[in-house]
Amino acid sequence: MIVTHLSLTDFRNYTTAEVPLVAGANLFVGSNGQGKTNLVESLAYLSTLGSHRVSVDHAMIRQGAEAAIIRARLENGERQILAEVQINRSSANRAQINRSVIKTRDLPRYFSSVLFAPEDLTLIRGEPSGRRRFLDELLVLRSPRLSGVIADYDRVVRQRNTLLKSARASGVKGNQLGTLDIWDDRLVDLGSQLIEARSALITELQPEVTAAYTAVAGEDHHATLASQLSIFSGSESDDAGGAALRRDIITAREAAVAFRESLVRLRRSELDRAITLVGPHRDDLVLELNGLPARGYASHGESWSFALALKLASANILRRESNMGDPVLMLDDVFAELDESRRLRLAAAVADFEQVLITAAVLDDVPAALTGNTVHIAHGTIVGSTP
Amino acid sequence: MYDGIVQELIDELGRLPGIGPKSAQRIAFHILQTETFDVTHLAEVLMTVKEKVRFCDVCGNVTEQELCNICRDPRRSAATICVVEEAKDVVAIERTREFKGLYQVLGGAISPIDGIGPDDLRIRQLMQRLADGTVTEVIIATDPNLEGEATATYLSRMLMHLDLRVTRLASGLPVGGDLEYADEVTLGRAFEGRRLVEN
Repeated sequence: MIVTHLSLTDFRNYTTAEVPLVAGANLFVGSNGQGKTNLVESLAYLSTLGSHRVSVDHAMIRQGAEAAIIRARLENGERQILAEVQINRSSANRAQINRSVIKTRDLPRYFSSVLFAPEDLTLIRGEPSGRRRFLDELLVLRSPRLSGVIADYDRVVRQRNTLLKSARASGVKGNQLGTLDIWDDRLVDLGSQLIEARSALITELQPEVTAAYTAVAGEDHHATLASQLSIFSGSESDDAGGAALRRDIITAREAAVAFRESLVRLRRSELDRAITLVGPHRDDLVLELNGLPARGYASHGESWSFALALKLASANILRRESNMGDPVLMLDDVFAELDESRRLRLAAAVADFEQVLITAAVLDDVPAALTGNTVHIAHGTIVGSTP
Repeated sequence: MYDGIVQELIDELGRLPGIGPKSAQRIAFHILQTETFDVTHLAEVLMTVKEKVRFCDVCGNVTEQELCNICRDPRRSAATICVVEEAKDVVAIERTREFKGLYQVLGGAISPIDGIGPDDLRIRQLMQRLADGTVTEVIIATDPNLEGEATATYLSRMLMHLDLRVTRLASGLPVGGDLEYADEVTLGRAFEGRRLVEN
């Protein structure tokens, strides 16, 4: 799938923008703060209904305007789609496909993209929550049903924590807490489904990550993924640290048994601390290079290679399963972070995707192979292109 | 912002469920333009509702008397009780005209976030009604969301040891609709709950 044209109205710093795009590589060049990232952010919003920069939609509406409009002409083989979304400051967002109204949450079905951004480095160096989000977002793209499971699971954790808090406040003993069992049931049921889905995804990602890491870094550093599951850890620490790493698929049935056991074991401390201490919300995806955890051991370049490998691997999985062509790859300010040889290898790794959109502050950072269609941007306007 | 009382009216209306600021403003201006007589009538109805309407002593449904019209109706079977969260669920089930038994309105669902535990619901009343053995089946018809399911699980545990048939409403595809319009969660659930075709 490719985007043939992007129109923006009152989006970030653009009053209006009309950006024609071509298949293959498209490069947006401009100084810092001119609006390059805003272009890819708008397209990423169409496919994920979220932004990698802010958690609230109205930050994307131009200051002083009431609504921002993102409109993209998409082409998948012979099929043409006009996808539109209006982000409103004071009412619900509206989405249209080919001029007919659809539910906003159905929009991502029509357009898929994978965004690489400087923020991706936190996948390697940041907190476990970022890695869980990476897995969960990919899970939902592949199996939309899981969005319901994840939302329900999060809600069970909140309900259960509230119950534990009120139990602590009123001094109720664990065995008198009749309804805790009920929430335990839901927690185990939903949590085990999530554990199984995540572990299955990790085993599927592994060969893709190995290949992608080698492609980007130029050598094989044995980039491996493993699940660190709090239900298998004996400790009460704030993360799943100390738990044995698992690289196989954990069935929901196996997870449920371990989950129940750890809830029983930790009931006292859960009541003391009034939080849910085990479950997928405390798990981690452990990333290793040559047998050592990437977090803490990997160099800047290695960390970047790993982050790019994770994104490339997910793009490859989506591409393999997609019935609407390749996801559109968007590389936001990524080349500036890489050395010359990694730049060339990344360019080669993304070259066979139907469409790649790149932003860069310095034209020379981007390998020549990707500068075919270069669009220059200054002060929120498209000042010209050199095809 | 409008002056004093007008803004107060808009604010009050905006606190009603399902009414946003824009709708509240529209209703407020409708009221301002309406004949005094109609507004007085509306105000009277609101006051009367609060004075007269109460909850049925037996099932917790809304009524103006001690018992609701369903509990008073001798044609209803006392052998089946359908447990619902709210009185409006009774109305929904009554529209089907399929159910001839009695109801128990819990008054909500278990939800610690909202401060609602089993003791805040009419569960004890339900257990009292089951004590004399007249009831042979309890149908749990709480909402098919997280809190409704949790309440259903809690109830089924309470009822497990009684000599009763306990059933839960099925969930799945809406009848008369198209498969293609079902959302992923509902359709996924319908797949999980699929049944063997009986010959």
